[in-house]
Amino acid sequence: MNKHASQERRRRAIYGYLLLTPAAVLLSLFAFYPSVATLWSSTFSRGTRRNPTEFVSGGNYSDLFNDPTFWLVVKNNLFYAGITIPLSMFIALSMALWANSKISAKGFVRTAYFTPTVLPMIAAANLWLFFYTPGLGVLDQIGALFGLPSVNWLGQPETALWAIIIVTVWKESGFFMIFYLAALQTIPADLKEAADLEGASRWTYTRRIVLPLLMPTTLFIGVNAMINSVKLIDHLFILTKGGPSDSTKLILYYIWEMAFAYFDAPHAAAMTIMVLLVLGIIAAVQFFYMDKRTHYQ
Amino acid sequence: MRAQPFVVLDGIAKRWNGALGVQDISLTIEEGSFVALLGPSGCGKSTTLRLLAGLETPDEGQIIIDGADVTHRPASGRNLSMVFQSYALFPHLSVAENVMFGMKVRRVPKAERLEKLRRAMEITGLLGFEDRKPNELSGGQRQRVALARAIVAGQRLCLMDEPLSNLDAKLRHAVRKDIKNLQKDLGITVVYVTHDQTEAMSMADKVVLMRDGEIQQVGTPEQLYNQPENTFVAEFVGAPPMALIEGHALSGFSDVPTIGVRAENIALAEAGQGDLQCQVSDCEFLGAETFIGLEHPQAQGLTLKVAGLKNIPAGQVIDITLARETLLSFDKEGRKISASPQK
Repeated sequence: MNKHASQERRRRAIYGYLLLTPAAVLLSLFAFYPSVATLWSSTFSRGTRRNPTEFVSGGNYSDLFNDPTFWLVVKNNLFYAGITIPLSMFIALSMALWANSKISAKGFVRTAYFTPTVLPMIAAANLWLFFYTPGLGVLDQIGALFGLPSVNWLGQPETALWAIIIVTVWKESGFFMIFYLAALQTIPADLKEAADLEGASRWTYTRRIVLPLLMPTTLFIGVNAMINSVKLIDHLFILTKGGPSDSTKLILYYIWEMAFAYFDAPHAAAMTIMVLLVLGIIAAVQFFYMDKRTHYQ
Repeated sequence: MRAQPFVVLDGIAKRWNGALGVQDISLTIEEGSFVALLGPSGCGKSTTLRLLAGLETPDEGQIIIDGADVTHRPASGRNLSMVFQSYALFPHLSVAENVMFGMKVRRVPKAERLEKLRRAMEITGLLGFEDRKPNELSGGQRQRVALARAIVAGQRLCLMDEPLSNLDAKLRHAVRKDIKNLQKDLGITVVYVTHDQTEAMSMADKVVLMRDGEIQQVGTPEQLYNQPENTFVAEFVGAPPMALIEGHALSGFSDVPTIGVRAENIALAEAGQGDLQCQVSDCEFLGAETFIGLEHPQAQGLTLKVAGLKNIPAGQVIDITLARETLLSFDKEGRKISASPQK
């Protein structure tokens, strides 16, 4: 090969690697290395003064599988995800369809729906704490007008998780709405006109044309909502601290508790690895399976 | 007794926030005819079509299709199909699904749906492309899918909004013929919007030339070409457009403000014996003939057609004669003056 050509090629390769370096360094330092380190430490027992740390391979994992609290937390989290993801996506889509139609004060409606997303999680949780407080809270005050008894929404196992779910849906749907709104605006207006001419009803148009064209957005939001449902922790600190009787304890909160309240780092690491594994599998399924059935423009 | 025309637009006006869209549009369209709405961009031709389609509501006037007043009926209740400039194909649906979309909405039985699809594919030459998505088709094929979708609707009135403007010149010529043949074979009425006068003149039975939201002239292509109502029509129609000459530049026409003359009625004359003496500005060789652009201080758009290749250097002065009996007279406002009685 021509000497200059091969030199040029090497120069380009070096250039490319140089461009990749900053991201590679940061990711290795803060994502890849911690993941591997977590996997490593999840295979060792917790060291005490009498029993020094030793290799237990899957011991920490089998401990977790035998821990009823772990299963309760998994069940809570599945329930929480199973309600919040579809509900917030549905509300987001409905709001987007509405805010995208020809209504007056469109800008105001959009801003109003987006406001919850802008609020810091902790502030929002405190706001809802005020709503939920028995006796003083807004919900109870309204209830009292109709002669309903005072309810401790966050204080009883039957309602506490639902209360958390409502806060999450309120917070997430405005955020997802923005994505749907952006996607809706890329759909050309003449598709609607063409469908109108064919006599398609508003519902048919939405179901056969709009929803399929929104699929890429739905997929993206779905993955994000799923990750968020595992990532939730800030609300719990303010609202319930996982109680009462673990009824609102979600996976990340349990990991935090395990690591920093019980100082049991190996079990926390084992749980983290399982969360990573499950999230990875679900994301892969969503992307590889759903991707085939999704139309990208 | 004359049958009522198929489509009637009566005194239609549409304004956008006070700004003028179209006004005073009155038009009748016979069944089975091909009508072209022609005009420069922003003249209101697309607005007129959208008003007819029911995609906009007129502020004034009345629209009658097939004897029924449809002025306030939605688009779906007007029994018409439409081909959009952008084709408006559903990007996630295959060609077959795109074409059958309307029939599915109207719950046409499956066997009939497939039969109509097959026929439409045959007519538009798309057999074998049924399972492709629109983004896997070329511009011309997409255009034919849009046509097929309009055909299977089986409506007697079809509206087309600049359907060829996204195609390249060669394809445009071929599809133009296809559309014209299709319209004749199916016996449907087509209202066709275009800014290209060649398209309008070659396809339409009746051309409606518009400017600034108003109709300038309605007539056959031949009428628009040979008897333009005003100087705008004269200059818009024909390639090259009609040349306009100030009357006092020509002997015997000093009382007429403007004279119009077509290029084919201009001939080269011996030096000093012509009606006008002009300077050559450019030569445009087209194969069978050459257009020689001419400059004269009291005229615009003067073009001399010469057979074969002719190269006259720019700046050379030549004399031309005009075929007197073909000259058209326009008044100060540019309106046609009908032949004066004393002539």
